Amino acid sequence: MSVFSREQITQLSQSQNEPKWALEKRLEAFSAIDSLPLPKLEKTNIDRWNFSEFQLYQASEKFEQAEELPDAVSRLILEESNVLVQKNDAAVYQTEKALDQGVIFTSLQTAYKQHETLLKKYLFRQDTTDRVAAIHQAFTQGGAFIYVPRNVSIKLPLQAVFWLDGKNAGMFPHVLIVAEENSRVEIVTNFLSTSSDAAVSNSVIEAFVGHGAKVQVATVSHFGNTVVDVMNRFATVGRDGDMEWIVADLSDGRIISKSTTNLKETGGHVDVKSVAFGAGEMRSNITSEILHFGTHTTSDIQARSVMKDKATSIINSITKIEKGASKSDGQQTGKVLMLDPEARGDANPILLIDENDVTAGHAASVGRIDPLTLFYLMSRGISKEEASKLIIRGFLDTIIADIPSAPLRESIHETIEGKFTS
Amino acid sequence: MSTPNLSIRDLQVSIEDKQILKGVNLSVNGGEIHAIMGPNGTGKSTLASALMGHPKYEVTSGSVTINGEDLLEMEVDERARAGLFLAMQYPSEVSGVTNSDFLRSAINAKRGEGNEISLMKFIREMDKQMEVLEMDESFATRYLNEGFSGGEKKRNEILQMMMLKPTFSILDEIDSGLDIDALKIVAAGVNEMRSPDRGVIIITHYQRLLNYIKPDFVHVFMQGKIVKSGGPELAERLEQEGYDWVKEELGIVDETVGHRV
Repeated sequence: MSVFSREQITQLSQSQNEPKWALEKRLEAFSAIDSLPLPKLEKTNIDRWNFSEFQLYQASEKFEQAEELPDAVSRLILEESNVLVQKNDAAVYQTEKALDQGVIFTSLQTAYKQHETLLKKYLFRQDTTDRVAAIHQAFTQGGAFIYVPRNVSIKLPLQAVFWLDGKNAGMFPHVLIVAEENSRVEIVTNFLSTSSDAAVSNSVIEAFVGHGAKVQVATVSHFGNTVVDVMNRFATVGRDGDMEWIVADLSDGRIISKSTTNLKETGGHVDVKSVAFGAGEMRSNITSEILHFGTHTTSDIQARSVMKDKATSIINSITKIEKGASKSDGQQTGKVLMLDPEARGDANPILLIDENDVTAGHAASVGRIDPLTLFYLMSRGISKEEASKLIIRGFLDTIIADIPSAPLRESIHETIEGKFTS
Repeated sequence: MSTPNLSIRDLQVSIEDKQILKGVNLSVNGGEIHAIMGPNGTGKSTLASALMGHPKYEVTSGSVTINGEDLLEMEVDERARAGLFLAMQYPSEVSGVTNSDFLRSAINAKRGEGNEISLMKFIREMDKQMEVLEMDESFATRYLNEGFSGGEKKRNEILQMMMLKPTFSILDEIDSGLDIDALKIVAAGVNEMRSPDRGVIIITHYQRLLNYIKPDFVHVFMQGKIVKSGGPELAERLEQEGYDWVKEELGIVDETVGHRV
């Protein structure tokens, strides 16, 4: 990490008017970068992936209207939502629709100024145990802070678009979500790049789900084939809380996509719905990890990848039920469909159970389109190409169909549709 | 329009280098219903699958024409668009593809681009045919054959036939596993399709389906070919006396062909 210096990190922090404790967190992480190892990934060699060479750009322009945004960005904005668009380091567009009393939806930078006490309670509480996480913490820029007070249900989804642009650009958004007791919120995040140069996106999304709260977070990544795309998601779920992750890895470059959900109290529940569609030479390692600590906690991981051309997808599903988490239930399914001879995939189901009084189940498969299914569809007059599309769409739709937001489903369908022809 | 015709001449078919069909000859015209009967393992279903273009079967000799066109030259989807339909014994289950989406794709594949069926017309037609087959309306939105019972799959095959209105339909043991009520419903569906423009080949080893669908011709299948043909009375005799008299008459000891599965 010789390219950057401590002074630059300090400048970065000061330019964002951060409090001293935030700067300390950055410097702590910065000095650990070189001594920490790369994250250990099952069956994916990331030694030569670029995590540390990037430039920090400053977004100079602001956009007043959604129509001024480039099509690639504006097409991702769902109707009927509150929107924040970040370009490289900072917010460049935000809609101001009426939000309920006490709800906060703002860039992290603004949150430092207005809600420092809350941030200090939740931000950067995780230990950084690998180099990529440390780089994120040292260089965090922009991101969003979402706070939903007790008993408040937000009807419209909150949406953030993270837009990477420029040669060797680096983007490090950190999204922090705090949902208090019995609140409800739906958050949709999209990630994209608009230039075809090498770039790095290294983002973190953290959700704190209070007692009886319900939080749904969708992340949809559309980075091009020159981008290294790292996304780490964390959720901590309180008593009877309900977390849902919707993960759509539709980038074409190098992808590390991970979610870790900690069901720490009785009755917590998490659903992970993960789809990936890879084309070209995309390499992806997608992990869904659930930690059951509380009794009566339940989890369900549904992960599916479609790999075309020379793309590779490793799906890891980890369900860990700790001693004492009795009456818990953990289910997982991981499936990879390979479309071309050079496409690769693997599904690793991992169940680690230290408690007797639980139920758990897993299913994993890696395969190609079944020739008999193809024969069946073609025997009704559907061309081979169209029949393959139906099968592939259907394979992913068993997950996508469960996404509650219709516009989000359509947006994901549209991106996948584009990849069929790429 | 001239009478539709499906002609099979000296058809020989192998699976993994094992010959199953040893010279099948059959001509079916529009308006005719042919029943192919025979014990298990004689190659009846192989004939059905080979005509549709099943990837495991290899045609080694012979010819098949549909309305004068070479069927064997066509891809599977082209055969369907040329008017051939196979109601399968074991149709695939396709996750994530709803029954109605699938059927609409199939209908539109035949109608061609720019001539797609309107959604309203499609729904009306599907509702109507599902009523004939006494299928619950939820079948329209269920994933194709996924979790269907044996009987539900058979009805769904017939539903597809009624929606696609093929010129020639082959029903491969559509009666197996159906109780008598379901059998009557399926037969009603087939009878509704009966017209001078359409021909049907029914493959079965029981006569009981033929109580509800009256065939014009009955063929006995043994050792990978048709060994005896006649009218409806042949089916009745087979029901009463079994197949042994046919074997005796023709000097056949083992009626099967290839490996029994």
